[in-house]
Amino acid sequence: MFVYVVRRILATIPVMAVVALFVFSLLYIAPGDPAAVIAGDQATPEDVEKIRRSLGLDRPFLIRFGEWVWQIARFDLGTSIFTGLPVTQLIAQRIEPTLSLMVVTLVIAVFIAVPMGVLAAWKAGTIIDRTIMGFAVFGFSVPVFVVGYILAYVFALELDWLPVQGYTPLSRGFWPWLENLILPSIALGMVYIALIARITRATMMEVLQQDYIRTARAKGLSQRTVLFLHALKNAAVPVITVIGIGVALLIGGAVVTESVFAIPGLGRLTVDAILRRDYPVIQGLVLLFSFIYVLVNLAVDLVYTLVDPRIRY
Amino acid sequence: MDRRTFIKAGAGAGLVAGTAGLAAPALSQGAAAKTLRFLPQANLANFDPIWGTQYVVRNAAALVWDTLYGVDETLTPQRQMVESEEVSSDGLTWTFKLRSGLKFHDGTPVLAKDCVASLIRWSARDPMGLMIKALQKELVAVDDRTFKWVLSAPYPKMLLALGKNNAPCSFIMPERIAKTDPFQQISEYIGSGPMKFVRGEWVPGAKAVFEKFADYVPRSEKASWLAGGKRMLVDRIEWVIMPDPATASAALQNGEVDWWENPIADLVPVLRRNRNIRVDIGDPLGNIGAFRLNHLHPPFNDVRARRAILAALDQEEFMRAIVGSDDSLWKPLPGFFTPGTPLYTEEGGDILKGPRNIELAKRLLAESGYKGEPVTMVVAQDQPVTKAQGDVAQQLLKRIGMNVDFVATDWGTTGQRRALKTPPAQGGWNIFFSWHAGADCTNPAGYTAIRANGDRAWFGWPDIPEVEKQVTAWFDAKNLEEEKAAIRALNKAAVENVVFVPPGFFLTYTAWRSNVTGITKGPLPFFWDVAKA
Repeated sequence: MFVYVVRRILATIPVMAVVALFVFSLLYIAPGDPAAVIAGDQATPEDVEKIRRSLGLDRPFLIRFGEWVWQIARFDLGTSIFTGLPVTQLIAQRIEPTLSLMVVTLVIAVFIAVPMGVLAAWKAGTIIDRTIMGFAVFGFSVPVFVVGYILAYVFALELDWLPVQGYTPLSRGFWPWLENLILPSIALGMVYIALIARITRATMMEVLQQDYIRTARAKGLSQRTVLFLHALKNAAVPVITVIGIGVALLIGGAVVTESVFAIPGLGRLTVDAILRRDYPVIQGLVLLFSFIYVLVNLAVDLVYTLVDPRIRY
Repeated sequence: MDRRTFIKAGAGAGLVAGTAGLAAPALSQGAAAKTLRFLPQANLANFDPIWGTQYVVRNAAALVWDTLYGVDETLTPQRQMVESEEVSSDGLTWTFKLRSGLKFHDGTPVLAKDCVASLIRWSARDPMGLMIKALQKELVAVDDRTFKWVLSAPYPKMLLALGKNNAPCSFIMPERIAKTDPFQQISEYIGSGPMKFVRGEWVPGAKAVFEKFADYVPRSEKASWLAGGKRMLVDRIEWVIMPDPATASAALQNGEVDWWENPIADLVPVLRRNRNIRVDIGDPLGNIGAFRLNHLHPPFNDVRARRAILAALDQEEFMRAIVGSDDSLWKPLPGFFTPGTPLYTEEGGDILKGPRNIELAKRLLAESGYKGEPVTMVVAQDQPVTKAQGDVAQQLLKRIGMNVDFVATDWGTTGQRRALKTPPAQGGWNIFFSWHAGADCTNPAGYTAIRANGDRAWFGWPDIPEVEKQVTAWFDAKNLEEEKAAIRALNKAAVENVVFVPPGFFLTYTAWRSNVTGITKGPLPFFWDVAKA
């Protein structure tokens, strides 16, 4: 197992190298000019050109790429063109809100979606099943920002139960931290809940047809034991796969959710950096997201071994 | 106790029971009242007001850095850091003496050498500064509080240059910081203004914090825009960045922020219905739309094609697309200068008045030799003002028979593409849209877009000697009457030759909680004299 983990981690290096080359090349050929944004709307073309030169944006592709690779090799993601702050510092400022949002979303989604999927499979064809699947269709169909606005209107503006926006670090207390995350996590989690609930239902329905389930029932085991201990454990592998894939959904959804709820996370940093063409920040963030995704996939593969003893590395 | 506090208490008791030590720090009511939470127009992504000239940077910089002079609400420059000035009888030597007791935020005194270094950096970037620099023979510190600027020719607009509110303003920085190359970003944010920048709490894109500078000595006069006594009545100002207007509106209604600099017009009716919120025009100098034509390439290298646009243009259509149905938010603008300011004129603007003449436009276009070639219109979709202008302009050009190649893009790409002088078919452009703060358009000093000096002009590169002649006449004017005469002639020449197309004048609102007082109308948010109950 240890050798497998090390091998997988080493395998991320060529993946990251390809991502790095791809991102850098894409940004190089993409239109846009950070110098023009910095100089402001009233700046003359000469001013813009001088700023471009001072930022080194007039240098050839290979020189800029070589410098960037050399920086990365020293674990230095560079400096933001706009803020003058190191990219690692910008990421460090923003990573806690995004991780918090993702973790709370994940917890809410799994705790709601898995029981929903199990229930729908158990009561397949009934009104309960149809209601749950109807909810799943709704979750898939309604955009995150619409859910976000509705939640903010009802629970923040009308009922005054929760704040509209912002983020409070966990270090300032559990409830202040959580109260800022409840609405965005529900908004972001809707698609995720729908996805997990549907997959759980489908795999559970397949498992519930198996002979060993019939045997378990014949032995007189309780419904709960049959569903959650025997059936769910065997249906877990596809569900875990979807949860892992869903992390990419969460990263994408976080961009919108963080904007709607004014959460200062990596999603907003990404959008701001793209709109301003802050190349070092965009490159650093894409590398980070790729790395996270590779790690999540690794974690998913390892979790398989916990739920299915037949899987060994 | 409101509902949220009640719930917080209840939920907190249950949820936090096992997490002792993670409790939130309690802010006393007094401390909360001394913190003003402000929603600025844009993200404060950098904080060098000379290197980056975005309005949002200028607005934040006005808290941290002071200026030698500052314009008041009559647009007249008044002394600010300066105690007195003296100009020699030939107008060539300006001698400035600083007020005593001025200090930077690091505790060091403000000295004449700091002013000299700051003015050198500023004059390398500012249009008026560049003019002074071209005349400069010497800029030196005479003693700790006095410095001298010796010119080769008189420059009557010296005090306006040093006190104007157009970016870049001539902010005074410590010498060691001001010696930074004007095309490189500074890395220390030390000023002598009424608030200190709290760098440790700066999260670009999310938050910027300013704290009261205890050693700031305001002038004795009443504050008026950038002039007078800048008395801070709050201890801390937090700029909270919210990219989404609907969220900003909800946050203001919920009391999570105190002042929203520029709410979008669509949300103003909602805000007005809330009895805890006040809404008013933010900046009486407003904004002027800009429908920019490329003078280098056909068809707009021919003045008749440019005039065709003026003949057909309906400013009401453009303005309604920008501000909606609120008539108090826009005015027709048959010219280029800000309505309601001393130099405003409609001289030569008849072609923009009265019923629109599509037939005349078509005739002018035909006379210009236009035969249906594609006209590349670059429209930034992420800026509501440019998008609205682009949508209306597309219909207008089609109406007069033009073949529009509508390039929908973002502001970052527009910024790059508009700088290209190549023909549209080779990546260049024929039309793009922007807008100018009315404060920049009160005279030619900071009005880059009105200049028509060819290669050195703003994007579109108009080359119209008569316009430049009148710009020079304004700079040389000795009194208001001479200035007015120059601006009348300038406006006439600019309309006749169509430096750019003015789609109209529009205003924006500002909104604040009713427990906040002292907000004044102006070209930037002025925080002095603003209190929070």
